[in-house]
Amino acid sequence: MGKRLKGFDVTVKDVSRAYGSFKALDDVSIEIRKGEFFSLLGPSGCGKTTLLRIIAGFDSPDNGVVLLDGKDILPLPPDKRQVNTVFQSYALFPHLSVYENVAFPLRLRKVPAAKLDAKVRDYLHLVQLDNHMDKKPSMLSGGQKQRVAIARALINEPSVLLLDEPLSALDAKLRQNLLVELDHLHDQIGITFIYVTHDQSEALSVSDRIAVMNQGKVLQIGTPYEIYESPATDFVARFIGETNLFPAVVKQCVPYEDYYMTTLDIPALGTEIKVTDYDNLAVGQHVSFTVRPEKLKITGHQPTRVGKDINLFRGIVEEPIYSGFQSKYYVSLENGTVIKVIQQHANYMDEGPDIDWKDQVFVSWSAEDGYIVEVVDS
Amino acid sequence: MSTSPKMKSAAVAAKLKKQPKKTRLEPSRLVEAPKGTQGPYKLPKNQMFQDHRKFGFSNIMLVLVIAFLFMPLFVVVTYSFNASRGMRWTGFSLQWYYKLFFDSKELWRAFANSFVIAITSSIVATFLGSLSAIGIKWYKFKSRAYIQVVSFLPMVLPEVIIGISMLIFFTAVRIPLGMFSIFVAHTTFNLPFVFLLVSARLEEFDFSVIEAARDLGATERQTLMKVIVPSIMPGVMSGLLMAITMSLEDFVITFFVSGPGSTTLPLYVYSMIRYGVSPVINALSLVLILGIMLLALGFRRFLKTIAASS
Repeated sequence: MGKRLKGFDVTVKDVSRAYGSFKALDDVSIEIRKGEFFSLLGPSGCGKTTLLRIIAGFDSPDNGVVLLDGKDILPLPPDKRQVNTVFQSYALFPHLSVYENVAFPLRLRKVPAAKLDAKVRDYLHLVQLDNHMDKKPSMLSGGQKQRVAIARALINEPSVLLLDEPLSALDAKLRQNLLVELDHLHDQIGITFIYVTHDQSEALSVSDRIAVMNQGKVLQIGTPYEIYESPATDFVARFIGETNLFPAVVKQCVPYEDYYMTTLDIPALGTEIKVTDYDNLAVGQHVSFTVRPEKLKITGHQPTRVGKDINLFRGIVEEPIYSGFQSKYYVSLENGTVIKVIQQHANYMDEGPDIDWKDQVFVSWSAEDGYIVEVVDS
Repeated sequence: MSTSPKMKSAAVAAKLKKQPKKTRLEPSRLVEAPKGTQGPYKLPKNQMFQDHRKFGFSNIMLVLVIAFLFMPLFVVVTYSFNASRGMRWTGFSLQWYYKLFFDSKELWRAFANSFVIAITSSIVATFLGSLSAIGIKWYKFKSRAYIQVVSFLPMVLPEVIIGISMLIFFTAVRIPLGMFSIFVAHTTFNLPFVFLLVSARLEEFDFSVIEAARDLGATERQTLMKVIVPSIMPGVMSGLLMAITMSLEDFVITFFVSGPGSTTLPLYVYSMIRYGVSPVINALSLVLILGIMLLALGFRRFLKTIAASS
């Protein structure tokens, strides 16, 4: 990847943490590689922040181990771990100036004045706050506060930087910018970043790898596109992006070129559809079928050329949602099931999209674009 | 799409003609705050009020309120320079000031009493009030809500009732009325104010700051001394200032619990008025006003930092 990998790897093994009867973490194991931008993604209460706090040392697990560069860090207090945290609420010291906030860790270690000054200025420059050094945190905007917090967390030169939803308090535009900024910082510094977020688009856009969590369990660990294109469970498919998801039963599974052509019986669609998949599934097995809305094609007229691995449905547009670069349609199929379709507007349109409310449309997708999610239990 | 390529280009051309050419915005790699904005956005001074009319309702009200507040003071200050005792202006004189400074031993003794009580009772009240605010905020226990409500009682009860009940209490436990009883009474009624101010400060206190300090390498002791204490200090200091003022000016409660030889300044002024308003009081008023103004100016910087850091 060309990055200078200076960070440490973090190994979380069989970690559990319960608060009373609530299991915040249920036997979680994750291996985070050296220098990786790793995201913990999940809805609130899924245990991602608990895991971060355990790595930082603010909480301790009921059982399990956390290794930093191969060494057990659980017996160490937070101030003895080579890990620093950027807090969701910024957690700046209100009585200290921006400069003193960033200098705080160095002053604790009694770094000589000249060296301290040079280093603080360096890090303030890194986050572009050279002109705000003497201000109190209360005089800064949200984005500036967050950058002070980042500089302060980095100045100790930690091996791992923990970020606890650092952008959630900022508005959407600023969030995008700071996200790019964080990504550049990560490239520059080359240490391990562990990023906690509930926002799937944030996680998808910057992470090297993502762990999707729900109810204290890790559901899937993978690269952003693995998680988006090949979700491991129903939950992951629904949580990451938008999707059409239907319970299905395997009707037939035959080898087809390099993979298998599976015929699924989907009660919700009232018909059988075809999907290509790598797995040879047993007939009668209960699975979930998912297809992303942007992979569906929507046309006002019947497509002329329909191959044998194209799934085609007729329906009526219940709700067209135009948002500039794309339109989203809720299409009601003949049996009443509603399916989401996203159409990208790649061409110039003088008169807007040619599909309108209550239009009769045809929705189709190729067998290759669907995905079968194996139902693990129930 | 529905339009032919030709129509499309025509439409684009029409649009380009209509719209003035915009400067192309280069996407910056890193966000930068817009130039000139420093901290929260403030309206320019001349736009703060929408009503610009000279004799608008708000301006008239402003003048009236200020006049109502300051006219009495103005009268008092003016008559402190009057040559005669009465309310008729007979000429300029500094005799009342001379009398105040060189012939008012009793008054200065009362002033000293007030000062001693104000300082001691406010320091003790600040100490106890701050600790109780921290305790109530930090530790969760059953009687928390009750303690909070009860501690506000001295603030809402009429002073007369507090005064009488204290008098009865002191007599019952045989504490002689005097400086000590006044000190106890003042400490008691100052406590809730300090408690309230420090609580308000703690309400804004972000507890992740403690974790941040630990995370950045501070030990528990360093976290307490370098983070927690300094960040609640503004609340503690404003509590102290409030307590000093309240103690200095209290009349009603002090009236009930004072004894021989423990006359405070407000009590002394009251006793003077009983024998007719002496212009010495007018002179004293100006001296006090000036003294407090100087104090306020001195603390202005400090108060500003309180406001800025909250």
